[in-house]
Amino acid sequence: MSPKAPITHAALVAVAFLAFGCTGPRPHETRSEEADPAMPTRFDLGRPATHADIAAVDIDVRPDGTGLPPGSGTPAEGLALYEAKCRHCHGENGQGEPFDRLVGRIEGDAFPFGEAPRTPRSIGSYWPYATTVFDYTRRAMPLERPGSLTDDEVYALTAYLLHMNDLWPAEARLDRASLPGVVMPARDRFVRDDRRGGREVR
Amino acid sequence: MSDEAGAPTDPTRRRVLAALAGAGGLALTGRAGAEDAPAPDPTKVPGRPPSSLGERSPHARLERQSAFGAISGTPLQDLHGTITPADLHFERHHAGIPSIDPTHHELLIHGMVERPLRFSLPELLRFPAVTRLAFLECSGNLRIDAGEETTPQFLCGLTSQSEWTGVALATLLREVGVKPGAKWLLAEGSDASVMTRSIPIEKALDDSIVAYAQNGEPLRPAQGYPIRLFNPGWEGNTSVKWLRRIEVSDQPFMTREETAKYTEPIGGGRARQFSFTMDARSIITTPTFPATLERGWHELRGIAWSGRGRITRVEVSLDGGRRWQDARLAGPVLPKAHTRFTLPFRFEGAPMELASRAIDETGYVQPTVEALIEARGIGSVPYHLNPICHWGIERDGRVLYKPLAWG
Repeated sequence: MSPKAPITHAALVAVAFLAFGCTGPRPHETRSEEADPAMPTRFDLGRPATHADIAAVDIDVRPDGTGLPPGSGTPAEGLALYEAKCRHCHGENGQGEPFDRLVGRIEGDAFPFGEAPRTPRSIGSYWPYATTVFDYTRRAMPLERPGSLTDDEVYALTAYLLHMNDLWPAEARLDRASLPGVVMPARDRFVRDDRRGGREVR
Repeated sequence: MSDEAGAPTDPTRRRVLAALAGAGGLALTGRAGAEDAPAPDPTKVPGRPPSSLGERSPHARLERQSAFGAISGTPLQDLHGTITPADLHFERHHAGIPSIDPTHHELLIHGMVERPLRFSLPELLRFPAVTRLAFLECSGNLRIDAGEETTPQFLCGLTSQSEWTGVALATLLREVGVKPGAKWLLAEGSDASVMTRSIPIEKALDDSIVAYAQNGEPLRPAQGYPIRLFNPGWEGNTSVKWLRRIEVSDQPFMTREETAKYTEPIGGGRARQFSFTMDARSIITTPTFPATLERGWHELRGIAWSGRGRITRVEVSLDGGRRWQDARLAGPVLPKAHTRFTLPFRFEGAPMELASRAIDETGYVQPTVEALIEARGIGSVPYHLNPICHWGIERDGRVLYKPLAWG
């Protein structure tokens, strides 16, 4: 489809990283920001949100650990919870079925997914951030009773899943100080979208 | 699916129905009841009085098609024009449809803002409203393993189009006052998955809408009632439904739906992340399986769309991609919107192979499946797959989907 010369993979990655810092709108997407005299900057609508209002729903956790609550858990504690609340969906030892596989590393921590479509994407092989395991488990799991786990239980399950992926010691206690330090095998595998329209298929 | 239009067993009737379906993409049923007791001459009996709520003709059966308990597809082959009726808009839920009482629902905007604020639905309705017609498509909208007996609905029914009305997100961000250095925001839903996606602030200030209406009426529960984010041209998952919270930040949040999911491997040990824009695409909706064509004139019809702007051209092939000709575009052609294309053609009993490819205002040409695989690798699934799709017409007039050569 593209008449252009092939672009090397290194060049693609370079373009992707360059694009990281300039995600602004393309020329055809820009809109006029001309001031409309009938349009005030503010309408004085909405009510102030207090710290308590925000704390009640501000549950997100970021890769640097921002948002992690107090509490802790160990893989052993997580195993008991996993068997009781997770195994029926995620299988024995997190091997998956009927739903997502959670456990599994790939030899040499290779990332063969682009060439091998059936390679299972597990936490150990595909997830770039350990904090996402905590965030998602706390907000959405277990499927039947989302949001029912205590923070200690979420730490314990996260510790168990990281341990099963050989990313956390069996005896160690996971907490908000230690979780952001877990470096995931796939952390540096993700590049920003480099599609920009035009003739080239990417 | 195949019993939707093909149920009648009487060969003559079946042929007529199939011909009609082929000509107009009509959803015809021919239910037993209607055949047993023909309706009285409508000019000889008074009709029904007005009612508080309309309904479709019992002869026009339109249905979404569900799969995996988590999605349902729009019956693309049964629709005309470019508007998707709200009750036929595709669905993708990550933990079901929540029941939300709008009197207990608020939108909180906080983080890197001067004034964290909570907005009720009545307050959102007092802001200046914006309205636009645009498509919404799931980025996982292609069944790569589909066989010959595949309808457009099954193949790629996770795209729909509505007129969306709400408040420009830029208006709300001015209200709270975004602090310098803010680059991303987190959109969070109030469903059981508490769905979250990170959105670049440039998009929020450009054309994102906090929508409360769809095709003139309040959002349907399945579409985010009472409010949802709507990001024109972007993968559907970013248009977070049941929106309850927006947090402004200087970096993305790396939620599960933008790391473990909604990222696509592109070969060379890499995966593409934050691939928001939907590339240009088209799909023929008529004639498609399960139609059977009579000889003579028919009209090829379909929809084309691009997340990068307007569709400028749709090319159609009647011979499997050897020769291409321009289809007619039905105006108005709007940016980031489904655009209807048509081309009359004759079926003479010789096999044909229909295909369409969209071209958008950036010059992007909808690729072949081979070009996609060459660019991204065979494992770049299941997101952002927009290959040219082919439909074969057999000598006997049967229309069958041509399965993709995926590996």
